[in-house]
Amino acid sequence: MVFDKVKKLIVEQLGVEEDDIAMESSFIDDLGADSLDIVELIMALEEEFNLEIPDNEAEKITTVGDAVEYIQKNT
Amino acid sequence: MSRRVVITGAGVVSSLGMGAEQFWGAVKEGKNGISEVTRIDVSNLSTKVAAEIKDFDASQYIDKKEARRMDRYNQFAMVAAKMAVENSKLDLESLDLDKCGVIVGSGVGGLETLEEQHDVMRNKGVGRVSPFFIPMMISNMAAGRIAIEYGFRGFNECVVTACATGNNAIGDAFKVIERGDADVMITGGAEACITIMSFAGFCSMGAMTKNPDPNTACRPFDKDRDGFIPGEGAAILIIEELEHAIKRGADIIAEVVGYGCTCDAYHITAPHPEGDGGVRSMNMAINDAGIKPEQVGYINAHGTSTPLNDPTEVNIVKRVFGDHAKNLAMSSTKSMTGHLLGAAGAIEAIATAMALKEGFLPPTINVQNQDPECDIDCVPNVGRKADIKYALSNSLGFGGHNATLCLKKYE
Repeated sequence: MVFDKVKKLIVEQLGVEEDDIAMESSFIDDLGADSLDIVELIMALEEEFNLEIPDNEAEKITTVGDAVEYIQKNT
Repeated sequence: MSRRVVITGAGVVSSLGMGAEQFWGAVKEGKNGISEVTRIDVSNLSTKVAAEIKDFDASQYIDKKEARRMDRYNQFAMVAAKMAVENSKLDLESLDLDKCGVIVGSGVGGLETLEEQHDVMRNKGVGRVSPFFIPMMISNMAAGRIAIEYGFRGFNECVVTACATGNNAIGDAFKVIERGDADVMITGGAEACITIMSFAGFCSMGAMTKNPDPNTACRPFDKDRDGFIPGEGAAILIIEELEHAIKRGADIIAEVVGYGCTCDAYHITAPHPEGDGGVRSMNMAINDAGIKPEQVGYINAHGTSTPLNDPTEVNIVKRVFGDHAKNLAMSSTKSMTGHLLGAAGAIEAIATAMALKEGFLPPTINVQNQDPECDIDCVPNVGRKADIKYALSNSLGFGGHNATLCLKKYE
């Protein structure tokens, strides 16, 4: 399941607890990420799901749900 | 009357132990911190040993997420800084943070990160290079991160002078306090040099030992020395203006009284044959301290265990001290710690400060057959008690950098 895989990556990269991650969670406001963290996370998602997320699309991904939706639509 | 500067805290991350106390205990006993290399594959390299820190887990000391975004050198620096601040018992709440600064250097910075990300770039393309590559690699990030951790907003820089880095960092920080630009400085060096490129490069230079036996490889001043032994780790000192330290009831380890810094201006890696730059650096430190050479009782040598360094350094001491060279002691704690490159001066400053405080000279271990060209009292193999008032610590680096610190017993 996409959400579970995304959660696992977030736990690893942002050092947060799995239980704190919901579809609505904002990377910056809720999960403590900064701009560099987000770039790294997008790269990890690209790798995990074998896709390329263009910069203009990546900019729109601000919550966990945004990431999950993008992946579901594009894989 | 110039402002006096004292050492009020020390932190060490080394193969000889964690924390200044454990480190000093090991050095006093003459323990060997050198072992077979396990971090990298050395089967095709001529050097097989190093002062490697086994099982270092940064997340025991720093936030796991932050630790992941630091190169190993920066993890060492941060952990040593935390230990030093704790050791100093500084009350962070009551400090004027604009008068608190950081000078922490590194010889090469995040070399391991550079190597890893270069592989990523080759194998997966430029688009996969981590956004943390630059901030993890750059040598100044330890100084930046330590300032962020403690909110130290004053003087801040990163010194890079190869193996003289640690001494230059402490010397510069001493001057910053002396001239009144800061009251407290966090200073020292960090190095994580056990990487494949670092070993490949140093092996090609022929600078490192080819002796595979960790128990005899590092033997400064011995006839059979054949090159330096790299070591990883960090050493951080808290130095402070004397009145500031007294006012808060700080435990003073030693006083910093002199600093010398010169360049051979001769060759990129070889020392000047007569050690001219070293002589001028030591004299500068002695003059800065306002003492006579005869008042110096101990020197912590650069003492790298290379064929060239050790006799050159002994000659430098003879030129500076004349007949007094026979009366003073000069040991190389590198015989135990290995050569921490950019952190060497800092770990040796801590050893020198502890020697003054406790009246105990650390030994040079593995001296079985002292080289007649290195005829100095190198405190061979066993440390000893000696109540000394002034001590010097030398660091000489590639590029011809020479830096000398003069420390004084605090009374």
